[in-house]
Amino acid sequence: MNKVTTVSEAFSHIKDHDTIMVGGFLMCGSPEYLIHTFLEHPAKHLTIVNNDMGEYGSSLTPLLASGRVDDIICTWIVRNPAAQAMYKANPKCLHINPQGTLTERIRAGGFGIAAFYTPTGVGTIIEEGKDTRWFNGRKYIMETALRANVAFIHASVADESGNIYMKGSSKNYNAAMATAADYVIVEADEIVPVGGIDPELVTVSGIYVNAVVPVPKKD
Amino acid sequence: MDNKNIIARRVAQMLHDGEVVNLGVGIPQLVANWLPEGVELIVHAENGIIGAGGYAPEGEGDPNVVDAGGMMVSVKPGAQFIISTDSFGAIRGGHIDVTILGAYQVDAKGNLANWCLPNKMGGIGGAMDLVSGAKQVVLAMEHTQKGNHKIVDHCTYPLTGVGVVDVIVTEMGFMRVTDRGIVLEEINPAYTLEQVQAATGAQLIIPEDLKEMDVID
Repeated sequence: MNKVTTVSEAFSHIKDHDTIMVGGFLMCGSPEYLIHTFLEHPAKHLTIVNNDMGEYGSSLTPLLASGRVDDIICTWIVRNPAAQAMYKANPKCLHINPQGTLTERIRAGGFGIAAFYTPTGVGTIIEEGKDTRWFNGRKYIMETALRANVAFIHASVADESGNIYMKGSSKNYNAAMATAADYVIVEADEIVPVGGIDPELVTVSGIYVNAVVPVPKKD
Repeated sequence: MDNKNIIARRVAQMLHDGEVVNLGVGIPQLVANWLPEGVELIVHAENGIIGAGGYAPEGEGDPNVVDAGGMMVSVKPGAQFIISTDSFGAIRGGHIDVTILGAYQVDAKGNLANWCLPNKMGGIGGAMDLVSGAKQVVLAMEHTQKGNHKIVDHCTYPLTGVGVVDVIVTEMGFMRVTDRGIVLEEINPAYTLEQVQAATGAQLIIPEDLKEMDVID
C-alpha cells in the first residue's frame, strides 16, 4: 500500500481537542515541516506531547503562542519562550515528566502496557497523587501509558509503505511516538520505493504509519 | 587554574577506564578534558548515543548527531545510536556507572535539588532518571552560589532525588555522603578548614586522615 500523500490530506485527520505527539529532541529529528505547515490548520484546544517544546526558532514556538494549544506534556521547557509564557499564565497547562518516564509512557501506549512502575521521581513532586508500591525493598511510582490521536514523525528516509530509517540521534522520541498514535504522519527527507531500505536498517516498521509526506527540498 | 577546571580535574581522577558515564552540561563536560592517561570513557548522551565524542569541528558536524545539549558531536569507534526508550532503559536499568551533574542544593542526607528554583519552571529533562538509575552520582559544582550555601542541612528547593548523591567535588574539596553525614575526605590546600566549613551549610565530618586535594596551578 502506497502511503505517500499530501500534507493537507494527512492533516484532514486532525480535529479540535486532539492530542498530538511531536517527535524530536530540541531540533534534532524535529518534524519541522509538519509543525510549520500545521500553523495554518484550524484545529484548536490541542494537547502537544514533545520532550522539550523545541528551541528558539522552532515552529513549536509560534504554535504554542497561537493560543490553539491548551496543554503541554513534556520534560523541559527552558528554550521555548512561548511554553514559559503559557506556564506563567496557567501553571496547570504544563504536565512535566522525567524524560525516561515520558518516553516509557509513550512506549507503553504503543505496545499495549496500561501502566508500569518506575523508581524515577520517588520523593519528588513527581510522586504526588500517584500510586506507589515497594518491590524488593525499593519504592516505585506507578506511571500510566500515554497515547495520542496524531503523531508527527521525522524520517531521514521512508519507503512508500511507511518503513522508516532514522539517521543518528534523530531517532530519539520519533521511534516510540510512531507506535503510540491513532494516525501517524511521517515527514521524510527522502522517499524511496518499497524495498529501498535494507530491512536491517529499518528503524520503525511501516505497519505503524498512516501517511508519508515528502519534505520539500531546499534550493 | 580556575575553579571549574580544578573541580573537573579532580572528578576526572576518580574515573576508571571503560566506565559508562553521563556528563551534564557545564563543569561536568570539562571532565573529559582531564582524564588521566589510559582512561577512556564510554560517554552516554541520553538523547540517544552510547559512545559520544567531543564537539564536532566547525563545519564538520551532522545535525542528526547531537548530544543532550543539542550540540553537534562526533562519535567514537564502537558507538551506537539508540532510541529514547532504550537510552532511558540503560539509565533506569543500572547500566550507567557514573552520572556527573551540577546542583542548586545538596544536603547532608544526599538529597539533591537541581532542576527547579522556587517559582521558576525550567524542566526535569533526564536528571531524575539519572540520579535514581546510575550506580554512582557525582556532583561537580562550585562550593557556593556567589557566597550562598549550596551544601545545606536540608534542601529547600524542589528535589530531584532522595538520598541519591554519593560524592561532591568542589573547588574547596572532595566530599563523600555517608550515613553519618558529609565527610570532607580531601581539602584544597588553598583553603583552611574554617573557610570550608563557613562556606558549607551542613556540619562537615572531618576524618583523622584528611588529605590534601590534588590541585595544580
